[in-house]
Amino acid sequence: MIVFEDVSHDYGGGPLFRDVSVRLEQGSFHFLTGPSGAGKSTFLKLCYGELLPSSGKVTLLNRDLREMTRDQLAETRERIGVVHQDCQFLDHLTVEQNVGLPLTATDRPLRESDVSDLLGWVGLGARADALPPTLSGGERQRAALARAIIGAPNVLLADEPTGNLDWEMSQRLMMLLIELNRMGTAVLIATHDLNLIRFAKAQVQARVMRISGRKLQLAGAEL
Amino acid sequence: MSARAISSLVVPGRGQSVWLVTLSSAAMAFLAVFALALSVTSARLAATWSDALAQTATVRISAPPEEMDSQTALVLDVLRTTPGIAEARVMVPEEQAALLEAWLGPDLPLDALPLPRLIELTETAEGPDRQGLRLRLAAEAPAAVYDDHTRWRRPLVQAATRLQSFALVSLVLIGAVTAAMIALAASAALSSNGQVIRVLRLVGARDRFIALAFVRRISRRALYGSAAGTAVAMLALLALPQAGSAVPVLAGLGFQGWTWALPLTIPPLTAILAWAASMATAFRVLRGVT
Repeated sequence: MIVFEDVSHDYGGGPLFRDVSVRLEQGSFHFLTGPSGAGKSTFLKLCYGELLPSSGKVTLLNRDLREMTRDQLAETRERIGVVHQDCQFLDHLTVEQNVGLPLTATDRPLRESDVSDLLGWVGLGARADALPPTLSGGERQRAALARAIIGAPNVLLADEPTGNLDWEMSQRLMMLLIELNRMGTAVLIATHDLNLIRFAKAQVQARVMRISGRKLQLAGAEL
Repeated sequence: MSARAISSLVVPGRGQSVWLVTLSSAAMAFLAVFALALSVTSARLAATWSDALAQTATVRISAPPEEMDSQTALVLDVLRTTPGIAEARVMVPEEQAALLEAWLGPDLPLDALPLPRLIELTETAEGPDRQGLRLRLAAEAPAAVYDDHTRWRRPLVQAATRLQSFALVSLVLIGAVTAAMIALAASAALSSNGQVIRVLRLVGARDRFIALAFVRRISRRALYGSAAGTAVAMLALLALPQAGSAVPVLAGLGFQGWTWALPLTIPPLTAILAWAASMATAFRVLRGVT
């Protein structure tokens, strides 16, 4: 699904991480942890092609990121669901329209009942016609997660998806991601929440990666 | 909701660039209608002057009073036997006076002036052998001069044709400025909607979908603006004095008959121009967004 081979990424101020090699296979479940500023969000951006690596090779869904045309990158992103830390909505569209956007903007069939069911699942059934600026932080994260999974992606990338949620809703959403993973979706979640990682590891075989000291390491089992 | 339906919604309707497109399209359409009217009018004038003067000619007889009648009779004999002359008619003094009155005023004592006698000719479609006619008149009636109006006709037609060229160049310039304004507005609209573009790229929308979302809105605004500008300009043309009215200044400027349909092509052409200009701009801007 996603393969990093000796990937390094530099910002203007120097290298963020170096020589990272990792494979996210179909049906895998990974957590990505590390201190703030270590490069977790950058790693995720490389995973859906918003950034290009400074060196090394990133392969997304069997395509070399550097070789992709813009249409091929868009086609690849159709199959990758992304939950951003800041959610990123079109503020003038309703929650329902935002959630359906991955399908409507790529000319795929959209059943409104699917959107309603999904919104009900994430606890936003009553907020379908609301505009994003009127949502609370937790509601925005749930709507972003619903948008990321509406297209049944092959890969789901989430940056702190439960950061603003209470524990009960966090568990509920994690179960949704686990169900998605059981259906074959590769899941990569960047998070600081160790309780969430423990909860997920009790349900599914999840691997934990840690970015530290400009390297990507597999974390130990003590979590 | 279909892709097309959502495409019309993803770009927020507010924004100064949208108004810039509407206003500039309206203003340019207004000017385009006048340039088109000038073009049509000058083409019509060129054709009218050319047709009106093409098949008429004059023979002018400048002779002493005692020879005037004999010279006139000789000229009429020559004209009667010349192929290509349909009719030859001696202009009466009142007609000559009316011609001069426009230049010299009504109170001129024309009787006291040694005016030449004028014979008005109507030529057939083929016309006479002009050089041969001149030679015959010189031999048989030396006081007569044949004038086929070429020296009047040519500069008039040239002037009208040049006017038409200016009008056409104006139309091209108006089109170019409209395209530039719309490209500028499209660029501004895309720049001020960076968040919309980022979100759409994030969910997998292709450049074509994103570009069309902007292009449709801009083209529609250009169509509306252009239609309004065209309508106002056509009303303004209707308010101008018509040909044959008592106010000769600007009389006849505008459209007649089927040519009133010509300005109606301006709004759809503006929309097509807006489509092309904004589409090119959108793809150029989108190339800079991952």
